[in-house]
Amino acid sequence: MSHHIVEIKDVHHVYPDGTAALRGVSFRITHGESVAIIGANGAGKSTLLLHLNGYLVPTSGEIRIGDTPLTKTTLPEIRRTVGMVFQEPDDQLFMPTVYDDVAFGPYNLGLPGPEVEKRVTGALERVGAGHLVNKPPYHLSGGEKKRVAIATVLSMSPDILVMDEPTSGLDPFARRQLMALLHDFKHTKIFTSHDLDMVLGLCERTIVLHNGEVRADGPTMDIFRDDELLAQCRLEKPFSMQGCPVCGKGA
Amino acid sequence: MHMADALLTPAVGGTMWAASAGTIAYCSNRVRNELDDKKVPLMGVLGAFLFAAQMINFTIPATGSSGHLGGGLLLTILLGPYAAYLTISSVLVVQALFFADGGLLALGCNIFNMGFIPAFVVYPLIYKRIIGANPSPARLTAATMVAAIVGLQLGPFCVVLETWFSGISSLPFSTFVLLMQPIHLAIGAVEGVVTAAILSFVFKARPEILRTALEARPIGNQSVRNVVLAFLAAAIITGGFVSWFASENPDGLEWAIAKVTGKEELKGSGYWFSDVLGSLQEKTAFLPDYNFKKPAEQNMSQDQPVAGSREGQPTDDGSRLGTSVSGLLGTFMVLVLALCGGYLLKKRNQAAG
Amino acid sequence: MASIDGALLDFKRLDQLAMGNTSLHRLDPRAKVLTTIVFIISVISFNKYELSALAPYFIFPVALVALGDLPPLLIVKKILLLCPFVLMVGLFNPVLDRAVFFHLGPVGITGGMISFTSIVARSVLTVGAAIILVCVTGFSDICRAMERLGMPQVFAVQLHFLYRYIFVLIDEGGRASRARQLRCFGKKGLGMKTYGSMLGHLLLRTWMRAERIHMAMLARGFTGEFRTRHEYRFGGREALFLLGWTTLFIVFRFVNISRLLGAFFTGNFQ
Repeated sequence: MSHHIVEIKDVHHVYPDGTAALRGVSFRITHGESVAIIGANGAGKSTLLLHLNGYLVPTSGEIRIGDTPLTKTTLPEIRRTVGMVFQEPDDQLFMPTVYDDVAFGPYNLGLPGPEVEKRVTGALERVGAGHLVNKPPYHLSGGEKKRVAIATVLSMSPDILVMDEPTSGLDPFARRQLMALLHDFKHTKIFTSHDLDMVLGLCERTIVLHNGEVRADGPTMDIFRDDELLAQCRLEKPFSMQGCPVCGKGA
Repeated sequence: MHMADALLTPAVGGTMWAASAGTIAYCSNRVRNELDDKKVPLMGVLGAFLFAAQMINFTIPATGSSGHLGGGLLLTILLGPYAAYLTISSVLVVQALFFADGGLLALGCNIFNMGFIPAFVVYPLIYKRIIGANPSPARLTAATMVAAIVGLQLGPFCVVLETWFSGISSLPFSTFVLLMQPIHLAIGAVEGVVTAAILSFVFKARPEILRTALEARPIGNQSVRNVVLAFLAAAIITGGFVSWFASENPDGLEWAIAKVTGKEELKGSGYWFSDVLGSLQEKTAFLPDYNFKKPAEQNMSQDQPVAGSREGQPTDDGSRLGTSVSGLLGTFMVLVLALCGGYLLKKRNQAAG
Repeated sequence: MASIDGALLDFKRLDQLAMGNTSLHRLDPRAKVLTTIVFIISVISFNKYELSALAPYFIFPVALVALGDLPPLLIVKKILLLCPFVLMVGLFNPVLDRAVFFHLGPVGITGGMISFTSIVARSVLTVGAAIILVCVTGFSDICRAMERLGMPQVFAVQLHFLYRYIFVLIDEGGRASRARQLRCFGKKGLGMKTYGSMLGHLLLRTWMRAERIHMAMLARGFTGEFRTRHEYRFGGREALFLLGWTTLFIVFRFVNISRLLGAFFTGNFQ
């Protein structure tokens, strides 16, 4: 249970070229929460996400996943716990078939064959992609790729699910399907997104990053009602909260 | 310039195949021991890049013709010789399978001509020497130009050698060399310019990518020498074995069969047919190996077009015509039979499925 | 650029064919790879003037096209794209080797003509065999077969990665070159300077993609080893396929079926 907690304490990150991407970020996400990290381009969202499974190492500060501090020795354990789905599914699906791709993680965990088989089937069923099992990734549609990409992470049974821009590039129907799917997950969920309507639908809590700092952290509704904050951080209200352009009525 | 199965004999093709496969094994080991996980996706994606890049054509100034990147040198500079050799080889495998570029047996030759030469000959001996201990963008350009030109002289020269050793083509060695080398001087120069242009672009945008290319880090001459030696050893052993095989017995396969069946002379004896069939086969020989080859060769060496065989063997012509016509007819019939058989198979298959 | 889009379509087409479900497709890939190798070696082991003996070998590609339920026209079209280099070199044969072998009416058939035809026939057979192998086996399975036959894993992984990202990169390259075409207003051809920076861009994007893929691999616990499932079985059917065809190829190699057949039908027994 305790694994489901993410704690970030005063994390700074400076890239080799001198750009300070994170400047003292702190927050704590507890078990079962669904949190959105939003911000304009260049606010530091992606950099922050890459810290959560240890791909980037903070220049200073501390990251804890559950009771475990993120260090070189705990890295394998952390990477199993934190399932990360990247923005571009083509980067995530690199194996010859969907099966091999979903099995990639479990095999790396050293699981025996039958267990891997079970996990692959389970994960694909979970995202409604069981029928794609033997297809090569380049024959999938955008929405299918996204779902399979999620399955590649689910098969490692992570406690925390981190997703970068889950709805980008999807058509409205596929987006709706994906949101319904994500809604049903009981994991601790962390998303970054520019799709603020999705944030509104899926996340009860939102963290606003601006220039590498946490500008606001609170219930999603409160943040989207704060016009001044949104304008300062180069954000806008979700469409569903804006006035209707046809009838002129507010949401 | 892809070498092709159709121009190769099994001896030449097999030798090059064995040597290239051996080098692949060696390089795989090296890359694996480098323990740089990062290279795994990088090699794969850069191979795909090369593939896509070869499909984009540019116009060669003042000629109106177009060319495309070869890329062997580019990859070697970016990845280092071992990883580059594997990457180029993998691209050639896909081209052989999907685009009819050469063929499966010619792969050995192609991997040597387009992978081994840039990675293990031109890169250590020319590129590294020119770029020296104090690399600069100007030196990078110079080294790239010279290395590309030399590489594209050596590669096609190997194509000539491989073709000539096989002897399926009638092109005399010197003519072939004169045909290939000057063209490739131009192609090499263009390759050099393009490679240098890409490298200088990368250098401006992300210099750290080229760090390995510019760094004066010793490439480990010892190990490159090992690769070259290993390749030569593999080639000599296989080549020696195969050519011994071939010279003892014009056809290695026949020799193997003879060993198996315990018969010395198979040719024309039609070992499982009756004597009637055997003698018939001998008499109706469409193109007996040697009585035909000889006049052709004489002809070529004496540089007398046409003439020759008709005067030399006038009496033969008539009977040859007869046997040849029956040979042609037989060929035609076999082809038709094969097609009909295929058609029936397909019908049956469809009915069953 | 038409050629890029065309290449992508070709890839997809062949790949789709390889996903067929005929008994031929279901065969262990090793049997198909080995048989194809034996086929190619026997075809090119003939001397250069041999033509009639090559004819029976056409049975192999034809039978596979039929059994694998492949569209014959597509295969023929692919084969006709024969490597131009072969034709170029081969065309010197009729020019240089002009010893007349026999006369067919008023036309003198020369050794060069025969050897050229033989080269073309070899090309068709060898190239056809490779393409058909891909269509009935699929690239990944060929790689797996080769891996089980001793190809180093590093190289097998390289082939898998390459093939996977060819689809992505051809697409990307096609987009870049379309974007250029749309802005050059009818000016034909791509100058070397533009070419250099266009490919440079493509190269940089590729490099960054590799970094992202590596990230995705690490995120799923990659430690440098690849493990995938192998569920192939080299059983009786495979052995039969391999041995049957090999025997046939060897028979064709030593008995000129065409010549025999022709002799029987022309009564030319002298």
